[in-house]
Amino acid sequence: MAKLATVTVKEGRTEETLRVFLKALVAQGVVEEIMIPRALPSGEGFAQALIRDVAMLDHASALAPTMPVQSARVISNLTVRNLGKKVAAVLKPCEIRAVVELTKFLQVKLDNLYLIGVDCPGTFEVADYARMVQEGKGGDPWMKTLLKGMERGEVAPPSGYFLRTACQMCEYPVPQADVVIKLFGYATSQQIGIEIGERLEKELEGKKILSFSGNDPASRNEVTGRVVAERVKKRDAVFQEFKGMVKDLSSFLDRFSTCTRCHNCMVSCPICYCKECVFRTAVFEHEGDQFLRWADRKGGIRMPTDTLIFHLIRMAHMVSSCIGCGLCDSACPSRLPVASLFRSVGDKVQKMFQYVPGRDVKEVPPVATFKEDELKVESGSI
Amino acid sequence: MAEFEPRIVAFLCHWCTYTGADLAGTTRLQYPPNIRVIHLMCSGAVDSIYVLKALIDGADGVLVGGCHPGDCHYQTGNYKARRRMAILKNILNEMGFTEDRIWLKWISASEGKLFADTVTRMVDTLKKMGPNPMKQLWNA
Repeated sequence: MAKLATVTVKEGRTEETLRVFLKALVAQGVVEEIMIPRALPSGEGFAQALIRDVAMLDHASALAPTMPVQSARVISNLTVRNLGKKVAAVLKPCEIRAVVELTKFLQVKLDNLYLIGVDCPGTFEVADYARMVQEGKGGDPWMKTLLKGMERGEVAPPSGYFLRTACQMCEYPVPQADVVIKLFGYATSQQIGIEIGERLEKELEGKKILSFSGNDPASRNEVTGRVVAERVKKRDAVFQEFKGMVKDLSSFLDRFSTCTRCHNCMVSCPICYCKECVFRTAVFEHEGDQFLRWADRKGGIRMPTDTLIFHLIRMAHMVSSCIGCGLCDSACPSRLPVASLFRSVGDKVQKMFQYVPGRDVKEVPPVATFKEDELKVESGSI
Repeated sequence: MAEFEPRIVAFLCHWCTYTGADLAGTTRLQYPPNIRVIHLMCSGAVDSIYVLKALIDGADGVLVGGCHPGDCHYQTGNYKARRRMAILKNILNEMGFTEDRIWLKWISASEGKLFADTVTRMVDTLKKMGPNPMKQLWNA
């Protein structure tokens, strides 16, 4: 059973309270390094940083409102070969769910890694947030709005700005992790909750970093329930809208014909982990005559080619594990609704196997297992 | 105008369906010549990309043939093929491509007749469906 410590925030400085906790983890040797978003000197954004020197944690931000990288990808780089020291990573719920999926695919090793998850109100596109800061709406003003809003679960972006679509439709605002920083339902400028899972609770209590006491505010369940319900509503609306846009393959291609085949959606995707991807091999470097033959047969072809096969195969490979972080959307230079595509198709495929990606490391992804008695193949086709 | 002759690309596993097709031949069973067979060691080796590439580049149907459940030479390849094809078909369905042009069939080495019947039936079905629209998409 996880244990809860309610921590008092001094002078409304919630991030500072979190920094004190994180610094204690390093100072007392619970972990040797911490990966956490760190503010850029310009103040216009954040970058994930792996920090050894506690002084560098001064600019760390557990509540960073942007997600420049899907941290599961860098966690994979960090842990897949060997991770000789204990490291804690401060992550958003979708990043943790991606870490869980990558663990199943043997691309992350959790042995020396401790996951610190933070209740997530959603994030902004990197460029949007930079603009917010320039206009004086980011930084401290935003942090005030966020901390105030978490108690009721109502975090409204400044007018003219929106949280990323993927965040607006994410049903998992509360992470499952070794350490969960709880904000929803809390009056976060006075108090926050830190919930510690089995892996760390004895050590943290023994080293007196936290004392376990207190309960969640009575409203927490109601608040998270409402946040999830709102997001599910948004999600279903997006699915519906997508369904209306993609009636068949040719209406899909009408929308996706501006795909530049840059493969950014693939590069940013935490689930696309193959070291040798077929789309980066000579398989798709056709002879000139091949293009001419296609054009002969169809009367004319769009260039570059292979858009349909790229998206369909990418889906066939990753969609059963798509955790819906939406980094593909953020990465798309043509602003195609790739995340809506992967999420709405993924929803159906995941339901087919009653699979919830990122739920539990002990589950096996649908593509890696089977049941003898399923998907009957009778006389016709499946 | 000549009747539409569908083109079928078949991925057949070495141990069962390919041998079954061989048996159909040696026992002189008749079946339509619309099928182009690609010989693989196992239906579990059929990646979705082979199927889609065939459909986008001109096939009207794809037949994936493997061993009956429990009979896979590699123990579980056919079960994996079944999931993979089910996922692919589900994705195509979601994308509004609902036509049943991908057939997965279990045909053993001794079922030459079943192989011939399957091909006959598939050709008939595809003739009724008409040419595969996927191969004509100019902006694929």
